[in-house]
Amino acid sequence: MYKVVTKRFLNDAKTICLFEIEAPLVARHAQAGQFVIFRLDEQGERVPVSVAGWDREKGTVSVMVQAAGRTTKMLHTVEQGDYISDFVGPLGKATEMDGLKKVCVVGGGVGCAIAYPIAKEMHKKGIDVTFIGGFRSADIVILKDELKEASDKLIMCTDDGSYGEKGFTTVFLKQEIEANIAEGKPQFDRVIAIGPDIMMKFLADVTRPYGIKTIISLDPIMVDGTGMCGGCRVIVGGQTRFACVDGPDFDAHEVDFDSLLKRAAFYKDEQDAAAQHICKMTGGKRNG
Amino acid sequence: MANLKVNMSPTKNEMPEQDPMVRAGNFDEVALGYDAETAKKEAARCLDCKNSPCREGCPVAVKIPRFLEKVREGDFEAAYQIVTSTNSLPAVCGRVCPQEKQCESKCVRGIKGESVGIGRLERFVADWHMAEQAKLKDPKVEVPASNGHRIAIVGSGPAGLTCAGDLRKLGYDVTIFEALHKSGGVLVYGIPQFRLPKEIVAKEIDNLKAMGVKIVNNAIIGKSETVDELFADGFEAVFIGSGAGLPQFLHIPGENLLGVYTANELLTRVNLMKAYRDDYDTPIKHFHRVAVVGAGNVAMDAARVAKRLGAEHVYICYRRGRDELPARKEEVEHAEAEGIEFHLLNNPTRILAGDDGFVTGIELQRQELGEPDARGRRSPVPVQGSEWVLDVDTVIIAIGTSPNPLIRNTTGGLTFTRKGGIEADEGGVTAREGVFAGGDAVTGAATVILAMGAGKAGAVSIDKYIKSKAAE
Repeated sequence: MYKVVTKRFLNDAKTICLFEIEAPLVARHAQAGQFVIFRLDEQGERVPVSVAGWDREKGTVSVMVQAAGRTTKMLHTVEQGDYISDFVGPLGKATEMDGLKKVCVVGGGVGCAIAYPIAKEMHKKGIDVTFIGGFRSADIVILKDELKEASDKLIMCTDDGSYGEKGFTTVFLKQEIEANIAEGKPQFDRVIAIGPDIMMKFLADVTRPYGIKTIISLDPIMVDGTGMCGGCRVIVGGQTRFACVDGPDFDAHEVDFDSLLKRAAFYKDEQDAAAQHICKMTGGKRNG
Repeated sequence: MANLKVNMSPTKNEMPEQDPMVRAGNFDEVALGYDAETAKKEAARCLDCKNSPCREGCPVAVKIPRFLEKVREGDFEAAYQIVTSTNSLPAVCGRVCPQEKQCESKCVRGIKGESVGIGRLERFVADWHMAEQAKLKDPKVEVPASNGHRIAIVGSGPAGLTCAGDLRKLGYDVTIFEALHKSGGVLVYGIPQFRLPKEIVAKEIDNLKAMGVKIVNNAIIGKSETVDELFADGFEAVFIGSGAGLPQFLHIPGENLLGVYTANELLTRVNLMKAYRDDYDTPIKHFHRVAVVGAGNVAMDAARVAKRLGAEHVYICYRRGRDELPARKEEVEHAEAEGIEFHLLNNPTRILAGDDGFVTGIELQRQELGEPDARGRRSPVPVQGSEWVLDVDTVIIAIGTSPNPLIRNTTGGLTFTRKGGIEADEGGVTAREGVFAGGDAVTGAATVILAMGAGKAGAVSIDKYIKSKAAE
């Protein structure tokens, strides 16, 4: 069993919540870009979620989880001091940072939670970090102060303009790339884009004509997370790869987004049905 | 045995089974086991041959005639003790070993008639012991005194559990590191409930824990901790029994379409994550027409699971013929009785889908059998222009697995085979001092009992290694 040391909602709408979990084995090696798999209880699914932070001394690892499906909604009802059944990792490869000088990190929605530790590590290493964070509206914006600290330049934007700039991340990424050209500044040597699959697809389209290497972090459907089930396979450069062991980071210009988007929706009917069957008496707590 | 008459019946006593049409709709165990009287009668078929050829067929050298003698006498506890003196997981082996290729293939009774039902009797004594233990309030378990030497074991599958049990019996302080939340490896994620009830696996593991074996779940060696760190943490030797977890693919068009499962994914969702039960959250598709590619034990398991999940038609597509089917004979018979349909001499060439990406069919090409290959199996030769489409909504790929690369990528000093297995000799000794390996991690996908044999050999080698180091 793994103790929830801290629980804190990260936005006004309470859509995304931080959980700091006591997991010394995971904390010992966790790096930015990696993920863990958690399971609520005996009947629970194994759900992958990116590592958002760690404290090696304390032996804790933080994750930031958006309530989307059945399991994540149920996780949101877990309180500080409660225990969850399983928390295993770190899984996948860490984000590559070696040799980078100037990077644009783009996060969309809860993707900012995954992008944040990457930006933070890069910033700490002295890499010039521009962070573009996009949200639907002001009430779901997260990590306002943290992202400021983790970047040299921060652009926050919302679809409706209720917080920061008005517009999509794609617009601001293109603007920054163009500005580098116009002002004769060094161009980004890497773009890291993390968010909904469809957003990453459009961001890849933005950077492609400029030839800027673009890395995206994928979270396809998986079971074990160690290469065993093969459920998380993605087509990259025409080859089948496993997101859990070969990723989760892949070259956006090589990823087959059509296959990725279709595969992500494979269990949509089952997931929708399951999410609607959360007990109204207990608010989702089992045996509650 | 002189005072007891040999039962000269040429056939094995039948083992009762659930009716095929009933069991195809549930996940309860198919074979129901002998009762005490039938077990005694079956054991009395043993001739107690002087040179015990049956023992040569057993990878863990169970003292077969000795335990059969005790069964015949009705002293089932003594029989159990004889079995477990060399086999830590008898309830498992009695159910899943390919006995017809091992002990029973050497049985003299098999020359004129059927061999003694050794597997069924092994299962009987293990089940009998478990039932008796369950009656006791405070079952007595012998906990060997610790000799102070700490051994780490990677993986709680059949190789790791056997190695752990044998080392603990010798007094070692043993810790197993298991990547998944449940212990048992392929015994829990791979082999289905109806063939090996998970309660049986759990009891065997509880026995080991009661003996003092420690198990750390959710610990992925190569990720959570490396082999080097295990040594730094004070372990004196490491046994790697991490299995062959990586699914292989056909490399034909359409393998990433929606509705194409690896057998590993299907079986893990159903066996480990209990997707077949309403009270568990893991989803599984409600498919109707399923093609399983491959014909080994895993393919039979996948096909029978698909049937139990409600599929109307489940087809085994295999490029060779009936005589070449690699699965255990009993599994093929069970599958056929449950209504699994076989498309033999048919090799998939591509998987087809509609615009939405969901599978609509699998294209198969008919084959003829040609010359025998190096292993003596006749090779399939494609019949040109014979392609046809089998109408299915789901394809399950069950053509084997290869060793997991997590250890390979994070452990220095080891050498590997061309197929990615860890190089180790028969005793599990690897190129790196203090590191031993066995089971599918070395050989690639094989059987439970061979992995157990390797775990056993590894324990002997580790004991020798620690003693030789202590003598220095």
